[in-house]
Amino acid sequence: MARFRKAKKELPAISTASLPDIVFMLLFFFMSVVKMRDVTVMVRQSLPQGTELTKLEKKSLVSNIYVGVPHNQYIGVYGSEPRIQLNDQFAEVSDIVNFIVVERQARDEAEVPLMVTSLKIDEYTQMKIVQDIKQELRRASALHINYSAKKRIDNR
Amino acid sequence: MRKPPEIPSASLADIAFLLLIFFLTTSSMDTDIGLERRLPPLAPDVEQDDAPPIKERNVFIVLVNKDNQLLVEGEWLQIGQLREKAKEFLENPNDSENLPEKEIKEVDFFGEMPITKGVISLQNDLGTQYGVYLEVQNELVGAVNELRNELAMSKFGKPLAMLTKEQQDAIREIYPQRISEAEPKRVGVK
Repeated sequence: MARFRKAKKELPAISTASLPDIVFMLLFFFMSVVKMRDVTVMVRQSLPQGTELTKLEKKSLVSNIYVGVPHNQYIGVYGSEPRIQLNDQFAEVSDIVNFIVVERQARDEAEVPLMVTSLKIDEYTQMKIVQDIKQELRRASALHINYSAKKRIDNR
Repeated sequence: MRKPPEIPSASLADIAFLLLIFFLTTSSMDTDIGLERRLPPLAPDVEQDDAPPIKERNVFIVLVNKDNQLLVEGEWLQIGQLREKAKEFLENPNDSENLPEKEIKEVDFFGEMPITKGVISLQNDLGTQYGVYLEVQNELVGAVNELRNELAMSKFGKPLAMLTKEQQDAIREIYPQRISEAEPKRVGVK
């Protein structure tokens, strides 16, 4: 009789010793899957929408060119006309060739032909600036480009 | 000798959670999607004369002006109508005179197939809005994709994405994506 009573007395607590391991596993998963946000976009980005979009495969081979109207806190300095942003600063069209060269140097030589330039351009921008960028990219022979866009949800 | 007391590891989980949350907030998971295009290389001026002239019936001219209006083959169109028009141009089902010529070529899986010589030429003003320009491009790419998909369905009974690489390449050969982005005319700048 005494023996049974003893067994009923206390349930062992679930061990939490493995909890850190589980969380670390999650942590490492996210660290490997995810890319750090390295650029603060300083221009307005309302990307155009499309239906025939493709995914860019290798993120490390993509260099971004942002175009749009500067955000409010920069308007005083940079004006309210659409501007080009390369990395973390505003740039001129003439800086693009240099930017591409620097981007290429940062990559492995074998990967250079696979590089893609992603144009993240605000949909209300005039084509003039886009055309200038395209011309400049041709000059730098960075011919593989991607017009960044969002998936359109409604079906027209 | 007395055993030193163990360091409590209960807080380890909390620390790991903190790190996890930090990485979750600072990282971006969004993949970049968009329309992939290839720009033509900068051609030296000398070569331009050597290229054979392209016949008018083989070119599908799409103009987008500074007021974002669409002129397709000399006709006002809405963006919604563009896809059908482009498909008709590329497919030319009745071999009509004013739609592009076809060239017989040997293609894997299909044998001899007439392949269109049509080229889509997209022209814009400097004042055209980028969003509209992209929408037009999207429609043109969509037209090609729809044709490819229809062919894939009728030949293999599967959509294009489900086919093997060789089958996809064959279909791409029959309906090539020839969209040229012309250099703009210098009008319409504000």
